[in-house]
Amino acid sequence: MAGEKSVETTGLLGWMDRRFPVTSTWKAHLSEYYAPKNFNFWYFFGSLALLVLVLQIVTGIFLVMHYKPDAERAFQSVEYIMREVPWGWLVRYMHSTGASMFFVVVYLHMLRGLFYGSYRKPRELVWIFGVAIFLCLMAEAFFGYLLPWGQMSYWGAQVIVNLFSAIPFIGPELSIWIRGDYVVSDATLNRFFAFHVIAIPLVLIGLVAAHLVALHEVGSNNPDGVEIKQGPKDKHGRPKDGIPFHPFYTVHDIVGVAGFLIIFAAIVFFAPEMGGYFLEYNNFVPANPLQTPPHIAPVWYFTPFYSMLRATTDEFTWVLAGSALLGGLVLLAKSNLKGFMRLAVPGILFVVAVLLRTIDAKFWGVVAMGGAVVILFFLPWLDHSPVKSIRYRPTWHKFLYAIFIVNFLVLGFLGTQPPSDVYNLTSQIGTMIYLAFFFLMPVWSRLGTFKQVPDRVTFHPH
Amino acid sequence: MSQDNKVHDDEGAVDINLPPDPSRRFWVTTACAVGGVAGVATVIPLVSTFAPSEKARAAGAPVEVDIGDLAPGEMRTVEWRGKPVWIVRRTQAQLDGIKAQDALMADPKSLRPGFTPSYAQNEYRSRKPEYLVCVGICTHLGCSPSAHFNTGAAAGGGLPSSWEGGFLCPCHGSTFDMAGRVFKNKPAPDNLEVPPHQYLSDTRIIVGVDENNKA
Repeated sequence: MAGEKSVETTGLLGWMDRRFPVTSTWKAHLSEYYAPKNFNFWYFFGSLALLVLVLQIVTGIFLVMHYKPDAERAFQSVEYIMREVPWGWLVRYMHSTGASMFFVVVYLHMLRGLFYGSYRKPRELVWIFGVAIFLCLMAEAFFGYLLPWGQMSYWGAQVIVNLFSAIPFIGPELSIWIRGDYVVSDATLNRFFAFHVIAIPLVLIGLVAAHLVALHEVGSNNPDGVEIKQGPKDKHGRPKDGIPFHPFYTVHDIVGVAGFLIIFAAIVFFAPEMGGYFLEYNNFVPANPLQTPPHIAPVWYFTPFYSMLRATTDEFTWVLAGSALLGGLVLLAKSNLKGFMRLAVPGILFVVAVLLRTIDAKFWGVVAMGGAVVILFFLPWLDHSPVKSIRYRPTWHKFLYAIFIVNFLVLGFLGTQPPSDVYNLTSQIGTMIYLAFFFLMPVWSRLGTFKQVPDRVTFHPH
Repeated sequence: MSQDNKVHDDEGAVDINLPPDPSRRFWVTTACAVGGVAGVATVIPLVSTFAPSEKARAAGAPVEVDIGDLAPGEMRTVEWRGKPVWIVRRTQAQLDGIKAQDALMADPKSLRPGFTPSYAQNEYRSRKPEYLVCVGICTHLGCSPSAHFNTGAAAGGGLPSSWEGGFLCPCHGSTFDMAGRVFKNKPAPDNLEVPPHQYLSDTRIIVGVDENNKA
């Protein structure tokens, strides 16, 4: 028929296909998207993250139907959901557990990327979209945490908004502008509600789409870090080491979903507070603007970064300034940077070293905390190792990763604890290890004896 | 030669390899610039809605406090602009403790700008040595420090044995003395803010306004 596209499908699907790319999209992203056949359990966490996102959106919609974003009534409306709305407790516990599990799944997903070099060329944008999703997730969690209007909600928000007041010159005005008041108040609650239920989720969904489109453009990495598109192909031009995502990985992922839901349901039904880690005990006390609880700590998923914030005292900025100075001198003496950058990079480091001692430590604490996340964006360009996957790296690289992981967990633990001298020193050492892991990566990642990467992926049929 | 010259290829289409007409380029640029200005102008009111509302500003009015019944060593908290303001009637021992600890303070003379009105830039950071008036919000990240007035070993909370009484911020461990001065090498960069205030009589003070009418 004139003006209509010719398609292979018939009937209703054919009618659709002539007007909308149903079949071609299905093929491009599922039935003819070839993923490496050697995925292991680490590859569950991407699809699980998508599952938790859907869960959060659905439970969130139902919570909004009963919640009141009003400083006078917010706390009470959450209790109303818990006690009087039929099954409201379940919806709320699913949402609160979902928030923590989102971070569990995303941290493991990011760790997988770190292990197998999934951020390396040509997947830099997949990684960058991913880190942006992580940032959005942190914002989403932070805004959401104010809504129950408990003591932790209130003082947590107070601390984080005050981070912005550390910015020189505009800081104090900026933090008033963010709060819409001189302290966290009803105005703050209302705008955080708007961010939590609409603004950030919209951005998040857009970024998830971009993450997947970028991934499907370049193809998935795998535990061997071998490019299957460059390997042998069958007579149809399909990579021999690839299998269609659907049905193979959809079924594979359902196994992951089943396992995940067992754990998820166990938490929701038996330990929704998770010993004060998922829902902090102080948050069962209504917000009191005149009294900070004796010990405040953020929810567990923020604590590693929170530790770095606390570690940055005036004394510690000497260490940071010294490191920046030393780094600048080494780069000046020997680096492979060319032209303008040859002098500019050491120059910037020297300026940073001076600023570290001229601007308040409070500001640098904020920079350390933010920088710890932002540095992840640069990972594709920090890693210079000749192989992608940890499988073919020198053994001592694996120890470095182990130290990094343990260090991250220790920082996480310290962030939940009240401040003390010993803990403070430990978190300062931990902060240095975290920063050194990334800043020195261009050096250490190319050292050592690398193993031979095979031509094909390692795969043993069951 | 530009796309506006009516030069068609064999199939009657305009050659897209030719540059666009210069006058079109001018108008496209102008339209984008003017549209951009309109766009920015629309964003300004949206951004402005974030600032404190008239209601929030009005709530920042000064507060009057009766301190006649405050016993020595006692502290009272009042609310001003939604923030806790502490009024502490200090004992002689506490005042001596302040004097003895100058060397431990980050800014013993309160010289850093912004947190201490000139009339409180003295040893005890107050208008009358006996009474401390300060905002009970840590200058680090805005938690409210808690009072630890017991001295020495009785202080608890991981405080040093040389503790002369003062305030401990539970969030990040900053410590302040009985004059709200921050100890050295703590996360908080500044002494606790002394709000504008004045004495209406011996037993009444007003917080939020002083002779300079600085609200």
